[in-house]
Amino acid sequence: MKSEFTPPIGKISNVDGQCISLIGNDIDTDRIIPARFLKCVNFDSLGESVFEDDRKTLIGKHPFDLEENKNAAILIVNSNFGCGSSREHAPQALMRWGIKAIIGESFADIFYSNCIAIGIPCLTLPKKLIEEIQNYCRNRFLFLEIDLKNSLAKSKDLNFNFEIKESSRKMFLSGEWDATSTLLANKNLIENKFNQLPYIKFNTNFL
Amino acid sequence: MSQDTLFDKVWDLHKVSSLPGGSDQIFIGLHLIHEVTSPQAFGALKDKKLKVKFPDRTVATVDHIVPTDNQSRPFKDNLAEQMIETLEKNCLENKIRFFNIGSGNQGIVHVVAPELGLTQPGMTIACGDSHTSTHGAFGSIAFGIGTSQVRDVLATQTLAMNKLKVRQIWCENKLSKGVYAKDLILHIINKLGVKAGVGFAYEFAGPAINELSMEERMTICNMSIEGGARCGYINPDEKTFSYIKNKLYAPKNEHWDKALRWWKSLKSDGNSIYDDVIKLDASEVEPTVTWGITPGQSISINQKIPLLDDLSPNDKLVAKEAYEYMSFKQGQLIKDTPVDVCFIGSCTNGRISDLRVAAKVLKGKKVSKNVKAFAVPGSEKVANEAKQEGIDQIFKDSGFQWREPGCSMCLAMNSDKLIGNQVSASSSNRNFKGRQGSPSGRTLLMSPAMVAAAAINGKVSDVREFIN
Repeated sequence: MKSEFTPPIGKISNVDGQCISLIGNDIDTDRIIPARFLKCVNFDSLGESVFEDDRKTLIGKHPFDLEENKNAAILIVNSNFGCGSSREHAPQALMRWGIKAIIGESFADIFYSNCIAIGIPCLTLPKKLIEEIQNYCRNRFLFLEIDLKNSLAKSKDLNFNFEIKESSRKMFLSGEWDATSTLLANKNLIENKFNQLPYIKFNTNFL
Repeated sequence: MSQDTLFDKVWDLHKVSSLPGGSDQIFIGLHLIHEVTSPQAFGALKDKKLKVKFPDRTVATVDHIVPTDNQSRPFKDNLAEQMIETLEKNCLENKIRFFNIGSGNQGIVHVVAPELGLTQPGMTIACGDSHTSTHGAFGSIAFGIGTSQVRDVLATQTLAMNKLKVRQIWCENKLSKGVYAKDLILHIINKLGVKAGVGFAYEFAGPAINELSMEERMTICNMSIEGGARCGYINPDEKTFSYIKNKLYAPKNEHWDKALRWWKSLKSDGNSIYDDVIKLDASEVEPTVTWGITPGQSISINQKIPLLDDLSPNDKLVAKEAYEYMSFKQGQLIKDTPVDVCFIGSCTNGRISDLRVAAKVLKGKKVSKNVKAFAVPGSEKVANEAKQEGIDQIFKDSGFQWREPGCSMCLAMNSDKLIGNQVSASSSNRNFKGRQGSPSGRTLLMSPAMVAAAAINGKVSDVREFIN
């Protein structure tokens, strides 16, 4: 757990940081943050509990416990990362631990949209490249400079073009990943839509 | 790109605008909330000085943290008490309808909304819970969202989303005796994989699906997310309409006829185009049990746990983890695996028909003395119905504990938890590592009937040997 946490705000075009590799497919959100830590009315203390049970099982050898990873900010994962529960507590816990971007083979849908909604870019690379990065991280530090505008990640030894959904990329570059104000701007359209929906009329007992 | 499917029709109808980034702004017809994923959303709303835009379109209940042994207030667990109090306060302040404990309508959010007639065809439904896909059983487009999106729905009644692709899963023939909706969906997830549904809505169709009751259809759609699809749905038919008719919030009188006409127009039809179609034969499905740590790692009751060499390279990594965590050997039979705990409940299989099926197996039998067995009805309504039918008594007579409604040991946020590396036979939806409350606890997912059979024998059993 690092120094005080400041959430991202506004435009996100670059993320720089040290990589931390976590190997495994189908790592679910129960593992990222076990359900007992969901008994809270804010997200503040989640960072210290990220991967709590996996870390306990590995007694100090989990990547999130290794001294050399303590300043890491870019998480490298394999396929279907974040599957399972829709708990935003999972990306919130990762973010509060210090993760600012995630690069993986693939992400579960709800986890992905939760990450966008809180300002964590999730980038994808083919399996082979992910494995190459994970091998590199085994015995060396890897500092990456992620350039969202050009879909490029650079380091001393490795450079690659990652993939990101075009809509997500645009949202990060414009700051609209924090969607509330963009959605609210269409206030009149929302009202119109509400009045057009057939079921609003026949569900009079809702009101 | 899909065209003219129910998904396309409902999505297009609810589209408010195309957002600058390329995603769509979608109106949410029904928003369901509970105590776990909503407090931070209300907090964020306050921070942004925003109000709830359409308080009538949000409905709340409490389910995840409620104790199932003693529900008197204040709860023994201070944190749980704080969470229910926060929800009560947020609902009161924002004029949101709240079905609290003792209201007669409290229960697991995905059990409650359909039984109240809130869930209807053609709606978009969102909830801060991944099993929101359940409501797709009625031909609504329903999906789980995170807390920031809960905030957005509260503030605007809309969401920014990318349209999903549509995959039809056509189920030919029908299920054999002793094989249930749970077995079918576990089979589908096993065949397609746990991530095949990423980016897709699943349309379940075909004779085997038409044959299913509404509650069985809910079991199917509920677990779409375990196959990676955040949304799963079934086209509405006469069974759908008659289930909804006369429910508390169902359209009434002349509104009913209008609703019916509109609902019938929504179905996917001969003109529908899908991004993908998969066909499978439901008559081949057998009672199915998971052996691993993802819902995709399942086999039928008489099969052996797969050998590593027989698995695709992609499945090997997780299989190795699963053998170790579950202490199973490759090639071992799943049948006769001793179980310590048997759990019947959850949004997947905690409805009255699930309890009826299990009660049929349990009637006149006793739970093995080595097993702790408990049943948790999905809602107060389900509990009352079970009492009226004498089902609670059958459970109790067999040695099952009969509990109060809630999510309970599906995710173990209350005191219902596995201890150490206990093995549970569970009618819930996830067998993830640590899911049922113990970091080394082991979960075998199966149908409620199979859980009942396992409870009697004290080991994984073929329920077909219990029913004639």
